[in-house]
Amino acid sequence: MAYSHGDGHHPPQSFWTRYVWSQDHKVISIQYTITAIVIGLVGLVLSNLMRLQLGFPGLVPFIDPAHYYQFVTMHGMIMVIYLLTALFLGGFGNYLIPLMVGARDMVFPFLNMLSYWVYLLAVLVLVASFFTPGGPTGAGWTLYPPQAILPGTPGDGAGIILMLVSLLIFIVAATMGGLNYVTTVLQARTEGMTLMRLPLTVWGIFMATILALLAFPALFVSGVMMLLDKTLGTSFFMPALMSLGQALGYKGGSPLLFQHLFWFFGHPEVYIVALPAFGIVSDLISTHARKNIFGYRLMVWAIVAIGVLSVVVWAHHMFVSGMNPYFGFFFATTTLIIAIPTAIKVYNWVLTLWRGNIHLTVPMLFAIGFISMFAIGGLTGLFLGNVSVDIPLSNTYFVVAHFHMVMGVAPILVVFGGIYHWFPKVTGRMLNDTLGQLHFWITFIGTYLIYFPMHYLGFLGMPRRYYAYENYQFIPPSAQVLNEFITVVALIVGVAQFLFVFNLAWSVFKGRAASSNPWGGTTLEWQTPDTPPVHGNWGETLPVVYRWAYEYSVPGEARDFVPQNLAPEGEGEGE
Amino acid sequence: MMGTVIPMDGVRSQSGRSRPGKVGLWVFLAVVTMLFTLLLFAYLMRMQFADWRALPLPWQLWLSTVLLAASSTALFIAHRCVQRGRWREVRAFVLAGGACAAAFVAGQLWAWQQLAEQHYLVAGNPANSFFYLLTGLHGLHVLGGLIGLALTMARLRRGSEQAGGYVQLCARYWHFLFAVWLVLFTVMGTVTPALARSICGGLLS
Repeated sequence: MAYSHGDGHHPPQSFWTRYVWSQDHKVISIQYTITAIVIGLVGLVLSNLMRLQLGFPGLVPFIDPAHYYQFVTMHGMIMVIYLLTALFLGGFGNYLIPLMVGARDMVFPFLNMLSYWVYLLAVLVLVASFFTPGGPTGAGWTLYPPQAILPGTPGDGAGIILMLVSLLIFIVAATMGGLNYVTTVLQARTEGMTLMRLPLTVWGIFMATILALLAFPALFVSGVMMLLDKTLGTSFFMPALMSLGQALGYKGGSPLLFQHLFWFFGHPEVYIVALPAFGIVSDLISTHARKNIFGYRLMVWAIVAIGVLSVVVWAHHMFVSGMNPYFGFFFATTTLIIAIPTAIKVYNWVLTLWRGNIHLTVPMLFAIGFISMFAIGGLTGLFLGNVSVDIPLSNTYFVVAHFHMVMGVAPILVVFGGIYHWFPKVTGRMLNDTLGQLHFWITFIGTYLIYFPMHYLGFLGMPRRYYAYENYQFIPPSAQVLNEFITVVALIVGVAQFLFVFNLAWSVFKGRAASSNPWGGTTLEWQTPDTPPVHGNWGETLPVVYRWAYEYSVPGEARDFVPQNLAPEGEGEGE
Repeated sequence: MMGTVIPMDGVRSQSGRSRPGKVGLWVFLAVVTMLFTLLLFAYLMRMQFADWRALPLPWQLWLSTVLLAASSTALFIAHRCVQRGRWREVRAFVLAGGACAAAFVAGQLWAWQQLAEQHYLVAGNPANSFFYLLTGLHGLHVLGGLIGLALTMARLRRGSEQAGGYVQLCARYWHFLFAVWLVLFTVMGTVTPALARSICGGLLS
């Protein structure tokens, strides 16, 4: 499939330029995805080790308090940043944006390649912190000063420094990728692909990328300043304090300043993960229910509204840090207002399903699972958005249950759904359906069994962040039974994820051959001349788009879907 | 905007560089604006604490301000010359702009040295820490720009058709860096803790 244009681009020739130093967005996407999944498995194992300690204290001798806090920290950091952010933007964004908008590649392919290698470097620096003396940092994933860099916190030496350096490197990688995604969506759309014809997947990733570009600088600033506090002894965040009986050189800094900067990044981060999930799930539901998405325009505006609102809610993470009551009122209000566009999206998904021709394929199961998980996890967010409810619950397992359902597991379900959905396009083979069903049901039911009891434990007052719960008068002994139960389920769910990994590895080579459009999708990525798409994606000419992305079950059409690039009768020369 | 631009298939604007470069640069400028805005907010919040002791800004900063203004002007003229097709002058002014920018960085380092000699060290006071952090990050952005400018110069020497577009992008980035520097310099020179309290007081109390 040779094609020519004035840019000097040609298909890469050697193994190294094709698979390693590749500038092809599809290869970069696969590199991102594999790296993110590998580091994500590390995060998964860490969570199971934590659960072992909580369910069966002392069963695993090497989990002492220091290790426990290191596992908590690294689990959180890995899952939020290095798995979910990287996978949605670097993985899904890289693969889908050029294909869905009808481009040959990202607009800056070299920068795109650089983005992956810098991301890999960030991951390697993170992993390196496990092997330093003192181990990785155990400061908690929010890395609050002053404790994050003081003696007594696990990994207060090289561990915290490598953590901060790794984050700074990651932000550079995310910015390089983000510039590409935004510019590609704005500049490289093929003829006829107007903004209001973009699939919602692209809208979600686009808006999430804008959020990432504007929010990551806050993490960058706080990371640099904390690094200077740690290495050069500045006092940006560090107040005057005594440590182990000695006065330290710090004076007058403000830990609260760090919290503002961190959460100015940290809350948009929730939507950096959630918006791509919203977009992808919209497309999965529409495709597998053979029905157009309900309220496309409203879905787009809801994505934009959530993006805008998400930068004015950050201090709801700091109600317990103390603030002016007027600020508390403001941030509680904005937080609750976000429920409106979010609820619009949930209603529209459900209305899309209503009377649809629902195919319970594995991607569809994950999409429906997401709606359930997200709606229920989101409802408890309404509790916590109120200052007076948040303050007693904030330090309990209620919060752990809330955010794991709404921003941990829900987006991960979409990652799975998306991979089951697009794997045939990426590899030309189907994933095994039986393994997929098994993977879904264990993960879905398991998640509820893990996190529903945690809400209850939170109401009982069981504090989060504790290493062990023996001999606390206010925690009834029955709580320990629930903890054991949660741990057993978590181990089962953890092991079940290896079914997925096995399925991926096995199906790449042995899976059933897939047709070019196995799900009957309308969007452009299913209309490529080759499956998997080759370098340049489209052969001789770029596709021309004539319609929106959701023409399913149109009355009078021969098939139950109309591809976006199919010319209307009597216009153009067809596909 | 609306879907008819197919950049990689050879549709390019007259200035030689396709539009993605411009859009990409604008997005990048938004990111850098965010970075410095957040730093300045942190600056304003931190300076309200009792231990803040403003440091005397060294006179070298005025010199480097003039140098960066000259650098920005040179690239402005270079871009004008691109539009008129005077390539010899383009090269001269790009070179002059780069030299002035390099001199700017040297001027900033000189200011650092001056402060260090007077024992205004980075960890001595939060005012010092912020001074070094703000000027340092801004200087790094100038150095990054110089790499871009060097690549543009190489393209100019080769007589590449796209070089004119790169000159335009460099000029825009330089004006931006100059504007950022003016804001930083003004804030560091004029804002007092009392003024900061009236701008964003209360958030940390």
